Amino acid sequence: MSVLPNPAAPARRTRRLRDLRRTGAAGGNRARGRARATGRGRRLRENLVAYLFLSAGLICFALFAWYPIVRGVLLGFQQVTFAQPAEWVGLDNFRRLFADPLFATAWRNTGYFTLLALVFGFAAPFVTAVVLNELRRGRSYLRLTVYLPVMLPPIVTMLLWRWFYDPGPGLFNNVLGVLHLPAQQWLESEHLAMISLVLVSTWANMGTTTLIYLAALGGIPGELYEAAELDGASIRRRLWHVTIPQIRFILLIILLLQVIGTMQVFVEPFVLTGGGPNEATVTILLLLYRYAFVYNDFGLASAMSTLLFVVLGLFAVLYLRLTRTKD
Amino acid sequence: MDGITRRRALFLSTALVASLGAAACGGTPAPAGDKAGGVVTITVNGMPATTQAADRKDFEELVKQFEAAHPKINIDAREGQMDPKTFAAKLAGGQLEDVYYVYFTDPAGLIQRKQGADITPYLAGVPYLSDIRPELRQVFQDKQGKTYGLPTGNYSMGLVYNRELFRKAGLDPDKPPTTWEEVRAAAKKISALGEDTVGYADYSKNNQGGWHLTSWLYSMGGEVATEENGRWKAAFDSDAGRKALQTLHDLRWTDRSMGTRQLLEIGDVQKMMGSGKLGMYMAGPDNIPTIVKQFERKYEEFGLAALPGTATLGGGDGFMFNPKATPEKIKAGLQWVQWKYLNPDREEENVTKFSGLGVPIGLPQPNLFAGAAQQKIQAIHAEHANVPQENYKPFVDRSPQVEVKVEPPNAQQLYTVLDGVMQSVLTKEDADIDTLLKDAAARADSILATVK
Repeated sequence: MSVLPNPAAPARRTRRLRDLRRTGAAGGNRARGRARATGRGRRLRENLVAYLFLSAGLICFALFAWYPIVRGVLLGFQQVTFAQPAEWVGLDNFRRLFADPLFATAWRNTGYFTLLALVFGFAAPFVTAVVLNELRRGRSYLRLTVYLPVMLPPIVTMLLWRWFYDPGPGLFNNVLGVLHLPAQQWLESEHLAMISLVLVSTWANMGTTTLIYLAALGGIPGELYEAAELDGASIRRRLWHVTIPQIRFILLIILLLQVIGTMQVFVEPFVLTGGGPNEATVTILLLLYRYAFVYNDFGLASAMSTLLFVVLGLFAVLYLRLTRTKD
Repeated sequence: MDGITRRRALFLSTALVASLGAAACGGTPAPAGDKAGGVVTITVNGMPATTQAADRKDFEELVKQFEAAHPKINIDAREGQMDPKTFAAKLAGGQLEDVYYVYFTDPAGLIQRKQGADITPYLAGVPYLSDIRPELRQVFQDKQGKTYGLPTGNYSMGLVYNRELFRKAGLDPDKPPTTWEEVRAAAKKISALGEDTVGYADYSKNNQGGWHLTSWLYSMGGEVATEENGRWKAAFDSDAGRKALQTLHDLRWTDRSMGTRQLLEIGDVQKMMGSGKLGMYMAGPDNIPTIVKQFERKYEEFGLAALPGTATLGGGDGFMFNPKATPEKIKAGLQWVQWKYLNPDREEENVTKFSGLGVPIGLPQPNLFAGAAQQKIQAIHAEHANVPQENYKPFVDRSPQVEVKVEPPNAQQLYTVLDGVMQSVLTKEDADIDTLLKDAAARADSILATVK
């Protein structure tokens, strides 16, 4: 027998597994008269092959994903120096977290960033996708243009935007100057800094989301639009009554993924503002970074990441439930 | 599907073993330092990267020389210096070098967390150690006077300035400012040259704002933190703190001498200096070669003045020892550090070689030693100097009047707090200095409460 998979085998195995789950016995489409045990033994042997091939992946996962996660959670309850054995300190790290005034600031700032990112980052790609979808010419060229920023390394994006935002010779203030509008302190003002960061983030990441929306829009049956047009529906009504309901599920998924993604914002404040001005852009991950690599306090950093893990876990569970019901 | 044959079982078990091997990536290498025939191998870092070809070659040659002179010691040199992002991981994974490079901000925390070895018992008989300036030795000592490392470089903050812009603005480049009022006046004239010229710049991001504000406070006669009955408290909510912030505020908003872009860090400001657009900024002498090299300028263009006021912040670097290192390794490591970095006997040979390679000789710092050792080194430097000594005269002449103070405890954590203060003053014209200091002091107190 070849060890290469038989294309029919997965389907057959899935069916058998489903039968097994349903009846609690080996069932399905085996020839009558065969002993059940033989079927089970064979299945076990078949699966043994699969498990053996899976083992490398599983072990790698266990070593490089699950073990660090578990270790990270444990570290949150310890004080570690790595020179001496770790010391269990119970909830002490969490107490110290809540006592740090920056802790609340970081959550507030991150919440604000997430909210702004949804306002800009959720609507912008949707509108872009709808417009691109309606275009007759230049669609592929524009699709590439929209996706281009995603291909830039983040640090290049940051340095580019840093020049855009430069209050002296920067691009934006020059443009404002030409229009006789007052120059802005994009990154130096407490009120504007976070909005400026969201603009960078949206510009850099909306390409991917736009492509997903475009694919979803492409999947909407044309008859629906034809029917709506026959009924005399305007573009706005077609959008509202056909497009949005048809891709509602994708919209929801993207929304959740965006919440999970934007709550982990780090590069933008780290490179552009360092958390300033006056801690106006300190985010959860930036504070976590400081705890670990400035304060050298890995217990505190791990406690913080455990909390973030729990919060994001809730969104992830929601995401999984939604996608499962759709399946 | 038929049953698994013996051959396939063999094949599968081989696949499993191979996959396990692939999964268990990164096995631990055997630790260096096994004594073979009485020879000790020590790992040390601080080796220049391959991108710095000349420095790297020189370092490798020195290792060979050292090993020839010390046949019982092998040096296993590694690239890299102090990187807080990997330090703890290396220590945890048993990958930290036996002798590792640190900045002056590091030892206090490392000693407190027991992440450095106590080298006190091994210091006796190591040449020239007693000639090192006591205040620099103290950086690596705990309260009981135990020693955990050795300084190998030092600096103190002064003002680096562009002599050409001074001339253009009608200022005498040989008489740089000695008070903050004079700094303000000079900065104003330089800014008036236009074309995006900035009179004075300062940092306010990634802890560097706090680092410089500390120097500002010292200059105004203040302190960042003080100790009373074994407890540390913030001390910058004071007249000195108010004076420092008011001066910065006036430079930025009243005189408009600090440009519009803030939230700067060292690289940004060095770039401004390197592009000839900046008049003055606060820095140690070590910044001058960086700017000259990176931006292809000439040493003649830059001057160095002592910091106005009564005191300044000093820092530097040195080496500490792995807490898990054996006594033999510590002894060998001490010999290496002394021979390579703290060796007046090799100064003549070094300087003769380096001055021909374009390495700056004759900068006022580092000046690690006191007394006869320092005089010997200075005489050699004066003889072989390849940078304009007269440009640093204002710094050297006024230095005795400016006390050099070290960084506060938990320096990096305090700097994150002071960063915010610096940012507010430089980005908000109506910043309330009193409130800023009061709030920051409250946060600093909670950070200082953890100092043991």
